[in-house]
Amino acid sequence: MTNVPELAALYRKMQLIRRVEEEAARAYAQGKIGGFLHLYIGQEAIAVGADAALRPTDYALTTYRDHGLALARGMSARALMAELFGKATGACQGLGGSMHVFDAERRMLGGYGIVGGHLPLATGTAFASKYRGDGGVTICFFGEGSVPIGEFHEAMTLASLWKLPIVFVCENNGYAMGTPIDRVLPVHEVTSHAVSYGIPSDRFVVECVREVVTRIGAAVERARTESTPTLVECLTYRFRGHSMSDPGKYRTSEEVEAHKRRDPLVRARAELVAERGEAAAAAIDAEIEAEVADAVAFSDTSPEPTADVLEPTTYAGPFAR
Amino acid sequence: MQMTTMRLREALRAAMVEEMERDPEVFLLGEEVGHYQGAYKVTEGMLARFGARRVIDTPIAESGFAGLAIGAAMVGMRPIVEFMTWNFSAVAFDQIINNAAKLRQMSGGQLKVPIVFRAPNGSARQVGSQHSHAMEHFYAHVPGLKCIAPATPADAYGMLKTAIRDDDPVLLFESETLYSLSGDVPDDPSFTVPFGVARVAREGKDVSLISYSRAVHTCLEAAEQLAKAGVDAEVIDLRSLRPLDEAALVAAVSKTHRAVVVHEGWPYGGVGAELVDRVQRLAFDQLDAPVLRVCFLDVPMPYNAALERLVIPQVDRVIEAVKSVTYAR
Repeated sequence: MTNVPELAALYRKMQLIRRVEEEAARAYAQGKIGGFLHLYIGQEAIAVGADAALRPTDYALTTYRDHGLALARGMSARALMAELFGKATGACQGLGGSMHVFDAERRMLGGYGIVGGHLPLATGTAFASKYRGDGGVTICFFGEGSVPIGEFHEAMTLASLWKLPIVFVCENNGYAMGTPIDRVLPVHEVTSHAVSYGIPSDRFVVECVREVVTRIGAAVERARTESTPTLVECLTYRFRGHSMSDPGKYRTSEEVEAHKRRDPLVRARAELVAERGEAAAAAIDAEIEAEVADAVAFSDTSPEPTADVLEPTTYAGPFAR
Repeated sequence: MQMTTMRLREALRAAMVEEMERDPEVFLLGEEVGHYQGAYKVTEGMLARFGARRVIDTPIAESGFAGLAIGAAMVGMRPIVEFMTWNFSAVAFDQIINNAAKLRQMSGGQLKVPIVFRAPNGSARQVGSQHSHAMEHFYAHVPGLKCIAPATPADAYGMLKTAIRDDDPVLLFESETLYSLSGDVPDDPSFTVPFGVARVAREGKDVSLISYSRAVHTCLEAAEQLAKAGVDAEVIDLRSLRPLDEAALVAAVSKTHRAVVVHEGWPYGGVGAELVDRVQRLAFDQLDAPVLRVCFLDVPMPYNAALERLVIPQVDRVIEAVKSVTYAR
């Protein structure tokens, strides 16, 4: 069984993600963040619970909705927010932006903007772990919108064929951008695909972060001890639009409100209050407020990257022109 | 230097074998590279030598195994990906241009992608339009990638070794028609050929034929025929397309004042257009005639042998272009 961390630690990370993203949305509206901004609000329990089931040396990759995983892996709010602001002090020197957040040291190997494109990459980091015998596991997150694309199936095929230590986590939030699952997937249970690749699967509704730790933890353990891939389907819901430009007209407010009433963050806090008292939760909230305010101030005052960063980040060696 | 005569496919194999023996993080994967001994026998014997852990037969899933190799490279391994031909890399295009070429930049320089993609490229013999693409024109466009296209066994050997040791993604464009070409290769395992340095394949003073890969040999043949007609053509083998040896282009044009670019692939855009841009930009005052290009005709490759011959750059078309730039009608 996977060791489940103290609820306070899990709640702290979930609350950090929520508050960082709420402030990012505000900064976006103020024009401080450009391009696309895809918020993870509502899905925080997945990244936080999954990270708790990993070792710091395990590899993690996800989609463009990547802020949550970056913070869950331990990236500072400063490094993330400054990246969103496009500043030189950002995690990727302001070159990646919201969709491409990397922290190599913490094995946060990116957010990717092409749906499905990072699944083969994740099989590659898992391959490297197996080749080297380093005991590492790779976890790869994606949405149900990735399921129709070929790379999903190629990655599943290779992972199963070569018995790679990887956990595929489908964060099924019901909508591929604005398109509900029943208009794009002929079979709604994503885990049904596991059968055709001969790999184990698990499927559950995400309500409790501690359950995420144990459910994904079981798959991580299987990857680590048996080098067997698993397809995990987390049924979840994003409270905001696909990105900041999406008003979410394809969902009724009743539907969204019903999901918000089952917010895993609210549940985690309620359980924390029940176990440790309101003061303990409030203390965490206050810390997070300070941390987020600091991150925004840091990002506001950080310098812009300069042109001299461009060529050395294009080639490792001499520039090839 | 002690030399061994070998075929180009053997030179490629020797480079891979030596690098795999030198560095345990180097491995090879692709379709039919192992048990089948390579679709073009480049990898013959490598499975027996290194075992299935390091010489890996893949399913027909180019995007999957190219992406897997890029993922392994981004955590420090040094994969060699063999596509059966570069044509099939089209279904892995996303992996190469969106991941291999971008990971270093997107990560703000935190990651590197030391990977080699290699395969036969361009036309072969009557294999039709889907199997005759000159894919270097697509890839050389992309910053973050390096593109090399050697024409001799020694360069194939030396440049593949450089590619495997390079910390950036390197795409090696081979030619099926050159795999059996024999040539001298240095016996020294430390011998490498740097990128971005062109080679004068034939000295000449009247016109520069600028080329790479298979077309170098077309140019050499054309130069022989031109010599009989009293035209002394120089043949420049670029070897490396990105980085490109600008100094060699300027030196050649400064000497001959006339240039013809010869390559497989279509005329619209592409490497030839890039070469012409550099020459006119860097050596405008040296030119006595417009730089011409001899390329594929601007149509999909036909199957019919005579029509295929018409589409691929031939000696007679190179000679015609030389006559034009030397105003020798």
